[in-house]
Amino acid sequence: MLTLTCPCCGVAAEETELHAGGEAHLKRFGPGSSDAEFEGYLFARKNPRGVHFERWRHAYGCGKWFLAARCTATLQVFATYSAQTPYPPAEVVAAIRAARPDWQPDWTETPTTPAESPNA
Amino acid sequence: MTQTGPFRLSSGGRLIDRAYPLPFRFDGRQLRGLRGDTLASALLANGQMLMGRSFKYHRPRGPIASGAEEPNALLGLGHGGRFEPNQRATTTPLVGGMATTSQNCWPSLTADVGAVNSWLYRFFPAGFYYKTFMWPRGFWKHVFEPVIRRSAGLGKAPTEADPDTYEQAYAHVDLVVVGGGIAGLTAALDAAKSGKSVWVLEQTPHFGGRTPTDHADGQARVDALIAELRAMPNVNLRRNTMATGLYDHGYLLAREALADHDPNAGIPRQRLWRIRAGHVVVASGALERPLSFAGNDVPGVMLASAVRDFIGDYGVAPGRRIVVVTNNDDAYRTALAALDAGLEVPVILDARSSAGGALPEAARARGIRVLTDAAIAGIKGGQSVEAVKLCAHSGSGEVTETIEADCVAMSGGWSPVVHLWSHCGGKLNWSDTQSMFAPDPNRPPTGADGKAMASCVGAASGDLLVADATGAAAESAIMPVWVMPTHATRKMKFKMFLDFQNDVKVSDVELAAQEGYHSVEHTKRYTTLGMATDQGKVSNINGLAVLSGALNQPIPATGTTTFRPPYTPLTLGTIAAEARGELFQPLRKTPMHGWHQAKGAYWEPVGHWRRPYCYPQGAESHAEAVAREIRAVRASVGTLDASTLGKIVVKGPDAGKFLDMMYTGMMSTLPVGKCRYGLICNENGFLIDDGVAARLSEDTWLVHTTTGGADRMHGHFEDWLQCEWWDWQVYTANVTEQWAQIAVVGPKARVLLERLGGMDLSAEALPFMGWAEGEIAGIPARVYRISFSGELSFEVAVPANRGLELWEKLHEAGADLNITPYGTEAMHIMRAEKGFIMIGDETDGTVIPQDLGMSWAISKKKEDYIGKRAQQRSHMTDPDRWKLVGLESLDGRMLPDGVYAVAEGVNGNGQRNVQGRVTSTYISPTLDKPIAMGLVRHGPERMGEVLEFPVAGQESYKARICDPVFYDKEGSRANG
Repeated sequence: MLTLTCPCCGVAAEETELHAGGEAHLKRFGPGSSDAEFEGYLFARKNPRGVHFERWRHAYGCGKWFLAARCTATLQVFATYSAQTPYPPAEVVAAIRAARPDWQPDWTETPTTPAESPNA
Repeated sequence: MTQTGPFRLSSGGRLIDRAYPLPFRFDGRQLRGLRGDTLASALLANGQMLMGRSFKYHRPRGPIASGAEEPNALLGLGHGGRFEPNQRATTTPLVGGMATTSQNCWPSLTADVGAVNSWLYRFFPAGFYYKTFMWPRGFWKHVFEPVIRRSAGLGKAPTEADPDTYEQAYAHVDLVVVGGGIAGLTAALDAAKSGKSVWVLEQTPHFGGRTPTDHADGQARVDALIAELRAMPNVNLRRNTMATGLYDHGYLLAREALADHDPNAGIPRQRLWRIRAGHVVVASGALERPLSFAGNDVPGVMLASAVRDFIGDYGVAPGRRIVVVTNNDDAYRTALAALDAGLEVPVILDARSSAGGALPEAARARGIRVLTDAAIAGIKGGQSVEAVKLCAHSGSGEVTETIEADCVAMSGGWSPVVHLWSHCGGKLNWSDTQSMFAPDPNRPPTGADGKAMASCVGAASGDLLVADATGAAAESAIMPVWVMPTHATRKMKFKMFLDFQNDVKVSDVELAAQEGYHSVEHTKRYTTLGMATDQGKVSNINGLAVLSGALNQPIPATGTTTFRPPYTPLTLGTIAAEARGELFQPLRKTPMHGWHQAKGAYWEPVGHWRRPYCYPQGAESHAEAVAREIRAVRASVGTLDASTLGKIVVKGPDAGKFLDMMYTGMMSTLPVGKCRYGLICNENGFLIDDGVAARLSEDTWLVHTTTGGADRMHGHFEDWLQCEWWDWQVYTANVTEQWAQIAVVGPKARVLLERLGGMDLSAEALPFMGWAEGEIAGIPARVYRISFSGELSFEVAVPANRGLELWEKLHEAGADLNITPYGTEAMHIMRAEKGFIMIGDETDGTVIPQDLGMSWAISKKKEDYIGKRAQQRSHMTDPDRWKLVGLESLDGRMLPDGVYAVAEGVNGNGQRNVQGRVTSTYISPTLDKPIAMGLVRHGPERMGEVLEFPVAGQESYKARICDPVFYDKEGSRANG
């Protein structure tokens, strides 16, 4: 049973206090997207053996969602951080690199924010 | 000799107190033991070596071990609700008055009918069940399965509830040492000196492990460590505490026995410790392995360490003439201990070609005959050892000599207890020199910080002597012996037991290898090796070594099976602890709960709530009560406790924009003072909740959800706000429990509310789908004019602490109107009469609003909402999707819920094709006939067609497709 520190309230919470929310940093595709884009958004999930980014909610605590960078094989937690970010911030990347020097990010940061909705 | 049994030695026994005899019963016989005895030592003292029967062959079995690894001596303990099967006699402390029974035998332990299986062993080879019970296929259900089930499982489960109490406790500890032997105590002292909080968990009632038994000044060394540790405030020493599993991130479970088998103690029986350990030091010692020789399962053949434990710890003689057979020096300690206790050791059989270490020399010096390259060819005796047949270990088993004996002490070497280390992924190395799997310190289980969360010390690490702490002298090397003698015949292998409880023999594992079971995990399941209640503690290493031999590959290439928690079984009572009965989960009660209870409500669980299903009066059936409630509502007025409905406030400059994304319909255009029904879908497009939203002010909406959906919808809103549109300015608050809500429903609803006074509730002041704030009967209230029944209806929300007051005032003022409280079933039927959908009936997670003819609730103007893109996928727009219709039974019978309408033809499995199913079905008291709704392919285009619903064992149901609105199609009644 994992313990993760909620970056919002600072509590080191046990898994029973948390609600798992699957892969983090998904880019939402809505109306106007292609079938392939939408299918990828809705169904295609990474399942790495190693570094992974996940969504967690401190459900029986402060109620806030946060993100965790974690090794699925060793259960090492590299960092927990705010859910309000489209990509893992630099200090999270650095924390992963410190433990996994060979690891490479698989995203390219783009200037547009995925928070933008077609309605905005 | 003494009053506690003929096999009690006249002196010795460091753990017993001869001043306190304790009576107990075994299979009805009255026996006596001593305080400090285990059940096993007390039975042995009374000469009771036979303690059970094996599982498959019902062979007679005595204890082979003295600790947690014991596979044979499993007893039923206690009576009634306190009865427990499969209790290990070797670890169960004797309590005065204990009642114990043997297992897996009939009619009695000594004359067991099932033992006939033993003569049929050639017909019960490895994989017997898989091979035998395949054909004919039809026999499985009616012949094979019932017979196998009757004979399956050791022991019997108790049939009464457990009257004992259990508790759980939590702890955060810097360092937990598992094992209170000398290595664990030494590690604890080292850590404690650095100021860390340190716990030591010892599974037995005594600290020290094997050291006091095996080493001359062992007890003094242990006592000194304990004294030092007891004086340190940061050290917590816990005995009778079994660490059963190590889980992710240092989560350690441990069971502390507080008052096991002592119902008069007046305290919880056991406590489950849930510990978060900064680091775990595994000091769990090692387990001795049996030797695989023919007849190694006859009662009286025991592990060498167990023999000297019974002698030294309990002052009990497992036999009077003890033959020792070994492949290492350690077993010589048993021979010496036996001599010290005045017992005979006619011979020590050492499989090695020479035995020149200090211990063998000591044995020779005491006059014991020591034979090298020696082995056991067979055991004479059935229910007890009568004599031992000797042979050369390097030969094929020609008997050279027969020696009378009543006990054999065997040692095949030692295996570190690596379970906790391995539970979370710690890896092992095979040591050829020590013939054991030992933890690889370079591949530990890792914690949240990526560093080792456990380390091993002492025997658990492979350091069997722990010489640093015990001062033990070096011993000469072990010689691996997996089959004894080396060239044993096939016939001998049929009697060499590996798993004593499940009767898995060397011959079975070799047969499995021959039949192609090369993976140790597959062999385990095929032969049941290691699947007994000891989970392979005794059998695993010997079994995989035999498998390696049969496959002609080194042992590490075979590997071990996976070590899984718990190390020893946990009783379900400790896992449940106080979470049972009323404390199993919290019950949510509305402010009117007590009133409903007093009126005899029949409760329906809805999430954690209890809602009245109906209020039966006198001898009324539930169906009659529901019908009466509905007629009263439709004729005059009724009240429903709607407090459980979810109520979520959504507030902020972007609240309208946000709700437009959450709902399929348009909420941002809703005028202040109005209500609107809305549907919520998930991103897959499927309908997940519905309810009425009211606009409270320019930037505030109050959203009603279903009772079961309140927390889920609040979480759903928060997910999108926190993780997708975090820059939108919206707050949500779940205020479900802040408000009591009462639906006042029926043609006389307005009349009744006007009697209470305080607000203008006229159609002009408060039109349908409007809401108003004010006072009713002096209570501040919000009144929503919404209807789920089709009747004139006001939902009145008041602060929760005034809910009961309003409810009672309504019933007082409405007495002459035949005001009737109604429950959830009346609500369900009335909504079905009106063709309103119910989440969970018409929806099942695969239904989209378009299926339900609810396109009117989907905004065509909005570019986006959660689920919109998914609803454009080809399968969602398929014209063949099943759609909502009403169903009219042709013969007056109510359609069964969930039944399928058949179509022409059959599918690939020969089953009838289907074209629809029933989603809601009731007898309508209003219309006095059955009504139903269902989803049917092209349903709305097929009005008037008749569908067939076959039901096994009954005449098929037939129903005509119709409009789902059965009552008041014009909707005039809601206007009062």
